[in-house]
Amino acid sequence: MRDHLGRPLVAVTGMGLVTPLGFGVAESWRALLAGRSGIRRITRFPTEHLKTRIAGQVTLPGEEAMASPERVERMAAMAAAEAVGQAGIGERFPGPLLLGMPPVEVEWPQRLALARAGAGYPAMVEAVAGQRGLFETFLFGGIGERLAERFGTHGVPVSVTTACATGASAIQLGLEAIQRGEAKAALCIGAEGSVAPEPLVRFSLLSALSTRNDEPERASRPFEKTREGFVLSEGAAALVLESLEAAQARGAEVLGLVLGAGERADSFHRTRSNPDGGAIIGAMRAAIADAGLRPGDISYVNAHGTGTPENDKMETLGMRAVFGDAPPPISSNKSMIGHTLSAAGAIEAVASLLTIRDGMLPPTINHEVPDPAIALDVVPNVARAAKVERVLSNSFGFGGQNVCLVLGAAP
Amino acid sequence: MSGAVWITGIGLASSLGEGVEAHRAALRDPVARPVVDAAGFAPFPVHPMPNLAFDAQIPKKGDQRQMEPWQRLGTYAAGLALDHAGARGLVGEMHLLVAAGGGERDVGLDEAICAELAGLPPEQAGPLLNERLANGLRPTLFLAQLSNLLAGNISIVHGVTGSSRTFMGEEAAGAEAVRIAAARLAEGRGEVALVGGAYVAGRWDMLLLHAASGGLWRGDWAPLAERRGGGMVTGSIGAFLVLETERHARGRGAACLARLAAVRSGAARRQGEDSARASAAALAEGLALRPGLAVVSGASGMPEALAEERAFLAGLPEPGAVRFTADLLGHGVEASFPASLALGALALAEGMATQALVTGFGLWRGEALALLEAA
Repeated sequence: MRDHLGRPLVAVTGMGLVTPLGFGVAESWRALLAGRSGIRRITRFPTEHLKTRIAGQVTLPGEEAMASPERVERMAAMAAAEAVGQAGIGERFPGPLLLGMPPVEVEWPQRLALARAGAGYPAMVEAVAGQRGLFETFLFGGIGERLAERFGTHGVPVSVTTACATGASAIQLGLEAIQRGEAKAALCIGAEGSVAPEPLVRFSLLSALSTRNDEPERASRPFEKTREGFVLSEGAAALVLESLEAAQARGAEVLGLVLGAGERADSFHRTRSNPDGGAIIGAMRAAIADAGLRPGDISYVNAHGTGTPENDKMETLGMRAVFGDAPPPISSNKSMIGHTLSAAGAIEAVASLLTIRDGMLPPTINHEVPDPAIALDVVPNVARAAKVERVLSNSFGFGGQNVCLVLGAAP
Repeated sequence: MSGAVWITGIGLASSLGEGVEAHRAALRDPVARPVVDAAGFAPFPVHPMPNLAFDAQIPKKGDQRQMEPWQRLGTYAAGLALDHAGARGLVGEMHLLVAAGGGERDVGLDEAICAELAGLPPEQAGPLLNERLANGLRPTLFLAQLSNLLAGNISIVHGVTGSSRTFMGEEAAGAEAVRIAAARLAEGRGEVALVGGAYVAGRWDMLLLHAASGGLWRGDWAPLAERRGGGMVTGSIGAFLVLETERHARGRGAACLARLAAVRSGAARRQGEDSARASAAALAEGLALRPGLAVVSGASGMPEALAEERAFLAGLPEPGAVRFTADLLGHGVEASFPASLALGALALAEGMATQALVTGFGLWRGEALALLEAA
């Protein structure tokens, strides 16, 4: 019931997913194993004048009238409802909410509506008076508060962002709360809803996105020679974490264990890793050590694998540094889902646990031309059966925030 | 908490100026008046950014150009804290926990696009919006807006790389950053942490959000106690603390500015019996509060929360003087709780009290308490 450092072992007893591949764990996982892409032409808004016109969209009923934070909240709630339902842990969740989410702000539809009274900010500020709903929608704490109310979680809902590592950070915070004895259970969510014109333009201006607009399904090509950027995507994942002891005491089915987490910040550049890979390597090693393991104990790596030239090169460097000449297989869920930013670390943690459960490695699709600089078994194009006991899940963020998780089989 | 946690460094930059001396002087003066910009964002008074020699903490001009004011202010204050703690040599293994909102928008671009598109039907406005954004947004602006990039900049400029976590959610984010930093140190996960946040008040985009609640104070500045009907005056604040285990601080001979005896947080729904005062009272249970303790209040000025806080404070055993951080610095949202802690620690280090209770009642949600003990 305790790990190598005397901390309570932490079990996963519920999982939920919303991805462009489907609503729910079963549908998304089936598509991941089938090697199906969820990337499509954007239909949510006009795409004229945009360099990138493809994304992984999750289309929600009634979304025309919804701002991004409302979509984030809806997807988070769907994933959380699935996870909490599977865990059978009750209507009122007996622990804290750890929410990985994107920053939010007042958006163009609201801004343009306010500007009808006058286009300058002073006039818009006068026009907004009394719009309590707008205030609560766009407060950073709003989404967490409403989810906390709905699921009855304890204490302050903690909202965290570490860019592309956000989902993993949310799980790490939950893991630590249970290890510290602050909580017996934690509801960890990663959610993202940034498929909107301005985020798309912003990422385009950083030259981060694929522009393979005519072949959306083939645009996300992690570890492949012709990769040229990631594909923006959205979705949510939720995990119910519990101390193994508490889970077993109430007879819950244990889906897997969160064995450890490691993190390391980079001080090199806002969007690039230090060429020595120090922070990436440090985070991977720290996670493995935190789990009380050695690199050879890892059966498979769920890649960060964004499909940008830079990330995949650096992740390869990290893999070789940590695992030496015979690294375990590694594959990227983002080849099918795209990059769900704040949700990715949580979605990939769920996929990692399913990989262990089913003994099936999801593929890295669109692997057509191998990149000689990437000497890794990326499970190209087709899922593969394998005995998997422990998975390292990598998340590396813009701004140099790197978090890795180690997930293991149920005891 | 098991192991004791000390505050060994304070980095404060606000409308009052920079560094501990400027803020200590304001604390000593019971009728200290804040620095107010009444005209720049009228009818809303704000506490402006101080003039800072950014080169002193952010030596590369290229780094400064990559940031907007809130990131510069925070990165600057973080550097002040590291210097104050004499902790420059510890940054490699130092944890970094930041409370952040969003960064500045390009207000001029927003206004130009609004002027052009507000009157158009959506089918015309949509494509034009794409075009104007694609041609008008500066590539570097995005990175200056991203919440986690304040932490990213602190890592880049000051080399803090042990870990990096950014918390969101207004005042509660500041309290959670401190609470989690202290908890990690107390349980032995690391020896030293840099924790804080930054908020820039002179921003139309943020005033727009807060005006929607009706919570902004209008007209001439007045102290919290004299604002009829209540209201918030936002303040430009960069506030960072170096937290350190007692063992580690003693080992390197670092001075203790104050002991962080407890940090607790709650979140009342603020309806009926689930009130902010009950939430805070529950947090205060078991704290060894002594009569005459100093209270540093992080009250925003929102009237309901202030009334709840006053009711809570009235239930304490003979509290001493209450100082409102907002009366000196303005309300710094995410930076508010770290700033109040910094003021509390300064008050103790000055011998103004031997114990300080720091409160953080969020403008909408979140209640937090910290108990500081003199070294």
